[in-house]
Amino acid sequence: MADITAIPPGLLLVAAGLLLPLLRGRLQDALVLLVPAVTLWLVWQVPDGVVSTVTLFGHTLEPVEGTRLGRLFATVFCIMTFGGGLYALAIKQPLELAAAFVYSGSAVGVTLAGDLVTLLVFWEVMAVGSTLVVWCGGSDKAKAAGLRYLAIHLLGGVVLMAGIAGEVQATGSVELGPLTLDSPARWLILAGFLLNAGAPPLSAWLPDAYPEASPSGMVFLSAFTTKTAVYALLVTFAGAELLVWVGLYMVFYGIVYAILENDMRRILAYSIVNQVGFMVTGIGLGGALALNGAASHAFVHILYKALLLMSAGAVLHATGKRKCTDLGGLFRTMPITATLGIVGALSISAFPLTSGFVSKSMISGAATGGHLMYVWLLLAAASAGVFLHAGIKFPWFVFFQKDSGLRPKEAPLLMRLAMTFFAVLCIGIGVWPQPLYAMLPFPVDYVPYTADHVVTQLQLLLFSGLAFFAMLPALRRTLKITLDWDFFYRRFASAIAGEFTTESLRAAARAERMAELRAQRFVAGLYRHHGPEGILARSWPTGSMVLWVAVLLAAYLVLFYL
Amino acid sequence: MSSLHLPALLVVVPLLSAPLCALLPGRLSWFVAVVVSLATLAITWAVHDRVLAEGVISYMIGNWPSPLGIEYRIDEANAFVLLLVAGVGAVVALWGRESVAAEVGRRQERWYWTMYLLALAGLLGVTITGDAFNVFVFLEISSLASYVLIGFGRDRRALTAAYQYLIMGTIGATFFVIGVGLLYTMTGTLNMADLAARLPLVEETRPVHAAFAFLVVGISLKLALFPLHLWLPNAYAYAPSVTTAFLSATATKVAVYMFLRFFLSIFGGAELFELLALPDILLVLSLAAIFAASTVAIFQSDVKRMLAYSSVAQIGYITLGIGIGTRLALTGGIVHLFNHAVMKGALFLLLGGIAYRIGNVTLDRLAGLGRRMPVTTAGIVIAGLSLVGTPGTVGFVSKWYLAQGALERGWWWLVALIVVGSLLPVVYLGRVIEAAYFRPAPADSALHEATPQMLVTAWILVVACVWFGLDTSLTVDVASRAAEALWRGQ
Repeated sequence: MADITAIPPGLLLVAAGLLLPLLRGRLQDALVLLVPAVTLWLVWQVPDGVVSTVTLFGHTLEPVEGTRLGRLFATVFCIMTFGGGLYALAIKQPLELAAAFVYSGSAVGVTLAGDLVTLLVFWEVMAVGSTLVVWCGGSDKAKAAGLRYLAIHLLGGVVLMAGIAGEVQATGSVELGPLTLDSPARWLILAGFLLNAGAPPLSAWLPDAYPEASPSGMVFLSAFTTKTAVYALLVTFAGAELLVWVGLYMVFYGIVYAILENDMRRILAYSIVNQVGFMVTGIGLGGALALNGAASHAFVHILYKALLLMSAGAVLHATGKRKCTDLGGLFRTMPITATLGIVGALSISAFPLTSGFVSKSMISGAATGGHLMYVWLLLAAASAGVFLHAGIKFPWFVFFQKDSGLRPKEAPLLMRLAMTFFAVLCIGIGVWPQPLYAMLPFPVDYVPYTADHVVTQLQLLLFSGLAFFAMLPALRRTLKITLDWDFFYRRFASAIAGEFTTESLRAAARAERMAELRAQRFVAGLYRHHGPEGILARSWPTGSMVLWVAVLLAAYLVLFYL
Repeated sequence: MSSLHLPALLVVVPLLSAPLCALLPGRLSWFVAVVVSLATLAITWAVHDRVLAEGVISYMIGNWPSPLGIEYRIDEANAFVLLLVAGVGAVVALWGRESVAAEVGRRQERWYWTMYLLALAGLLGVTITGDAFNVFVFLEISSLASYVLIGFGRDRRALTAAYQYLIMGTIGATFFVIGVGLLYTMTGTLNMADLAARLPLVEETRPVHAAFAFLVVGISLKLALFPLHLWLPNAYAYAPSVTTAFLSATATKVAVYMFLRFFLSIFGGAELFELLALPDILLVLSLAAIFAASTVAIFQSDVKRMLAYSSVAQIGYITLGIGIGTRLALTGGIVHLFNHAVMKGALFLLLGGIAYRIGNVTLDRLAGLGRRMPVTTAGIVIAGLSLVGTPGTVGFVSKWYLAQGALERGWWWLVALIVVGSLLPVVYLGRVIEAAYFRPAPADSALHEATPQMLVTAWILVVACVWFGLDTSLTVDVASRAAEALWRGQ
């Protein structure tokens, strides 16, 4: 057995991804559905502890190391690849599937990596794979967004690499394990991880790039990048208090922007940031209950977010429209998609008997135990906010609300199958959480279904539901643009625009003009010196070259004589 | 018996077969060039193995004892560089048949290969010799040959570029020989080992300081250290493809080796290297090269010229390794010397394949090439990722060691600069990839892949980019032994 498990199981997915474009028809379908299952089986063959070692740069690398946490994440990644593959077969874009398999395979590779270098290598492959998935969206906007996405992730990659290099230099070990934040290198590692998690200030890559991917592409994208970051943070920085505040920021950032947003898939993209915020908060809280909560929340979030995005994707596939203002009343002709989407919406809102309920409460439960009353209050408020933006807003505006006059056909069979698969998982875990609990890194004695807990949660949901319909006129979306942090790096500018208030287009236009002016001036300066006719790029006359040589020689002579 | 004379054969074989090439018709002259460069590769391999197994080889030309006669002295450092030069030389020669015939013309072909062998012999000679004046002789052989190699370019600007290189190269060589002459008057010897031993006695004298300055400027010109790089972009951009690939992968690398040999081995013994603040100067110039040249590359529309500027920046990384001044950083510099040769060689050969099909390689003309020449562009992507320093490629290995070296000194700011500097290639290569993959191809073009021979040989280097990125036993181990050899200043 040892010989099979010595090879990282993720590589099987990567290999399948590289093979996919070469195959046609049935064979391709079979590969898409079988390989994730086989990978899942392989993941469970990996015993606890280091399985294989490789020596590189004089360090012992551990490409495969079994841990409970790693196995949990690898498992849900495999399930996700299977379901996403099933869904994507309805559209059949071999290149996107290939990229997605490389992407998910490297995500699985990260979860089983025993050392920092292996992690980094898979991390970078993931960045490349996911960029390709974005590009497969096909539109010009997808290309531009993909380039921005790649630039940010390469930046994250080098930050992480610098951190790891520093860590190895300082400790002499490449071991992946808990770290305390006491050296610049570790701060860099944390920054690299957080960037992938979608933490501020560079969180805007996520809602910028993901919605430009194809319907199936975004399903894949939602699962891996942020969740591998959660995994890495769980392993390395569990209990770092800073993460509590970073996480809370992400939670509210996601809610505010999702409520302001009009594009249904951007709503769900902001919701990813929001949900990952819950996990990051849990990691920051530390302790068995909170870490279990973060891990299980990552597990179930992948499933219900995939379900939500699949239903949004099905709508986009059927209607070609993404904006809430253009949609509405689709439950008439897409009842199955609507129903399954609502299951996902209930799960994300942590409705009892759904998967969200059994996991999210573990995190807030951990906050009650300590001195962190404020954190608990904020998390409770945030739960209501989640219900508002993802639980009601998404299904209401897309499937009900007004009649948009659209009468699209129901989603294709394969899409419905994939959605049903995830919906069954969402409810199954909600009703019967024990198997999930058994996989968690720490032993669980948590009972989700107490009367107190169920009633509290129902009250919370009921009142936020009431609030939603009471405030409906204010929430009805109009066509508008919301500025986000990405504004700064998209326009190379530092014009300070109040983050949560610059809704008005006039202020935005002014800020944009200013920023553009500055960017133009900067590029013009760069161009003056470095451009094709700039002093540094011109072909020089021979005489001036020689003059410079003479000047340099004189300078050296003077310098050395002194 | 015969294996004893391998060091001499290494230089003599290409040197003597060069005139032979001139007498043969075109196709045959190429064949001779390939056979000779493969033979030199085999010889260097044998020599390299022997050095690793038995230690330093000292070979007396004509059996004249060392301080009087010329000594060939091969340790881990120059064995490594010899292997690199001969390896790249063989691949480039194998690649070049159609390209040279197309770009230089059938009638001139034999002269081209003649000059090619002379340049190869010169570069090998510079590397192998243990005699300071002998370095100058071989340097002139290789330089004169490379001026001609550049002048062969189709573009008429190749002639001006070659002329400028000629002027600058001659000044560099002159400064070099002035420096060597001053050293000779002060120490009475030209043998490198002797020089290293005697220099400490006279280290505080003005002539030695002057020699130092002349040597720094002379060698810096040859290795195109910023701001003495001005001859390089045009020379690389307008030369025939084979010349560009060969010179970018070997000529500047041999100059870097000269730099190391003189300032670490010879002057290192006298500790002048540290005394005269050269590392600090090197550090500043290297960083300037990395940032200024990369930024210029971003704005170039001629891809060959873009990569030429990128070479100036990458040379900056190599000299940065020397400037940091720790053994780990030096290892990084030497590894990058090898790695940069491999990836730039690959990139220029692939570009040469494109040039063979479409002529001048500008960004506009690359549009849609990803579909027309998929194998070539895929190779460019891989070699490009290596230039950026993606893990799993050679570029990562070098940057890893450079960063480690900077950390040894506790220079976090430098690590940050290395990292930021390695992001600049993303921008200029991004422009190439954007053009090749995202822009529609002009409808009328009936382009197709480069010839199989070109593809296979260029891909040898592309594969090497990944191979040596994963298996570092050859490059890093040998480079660290080479760094060791230079460090102990023999």
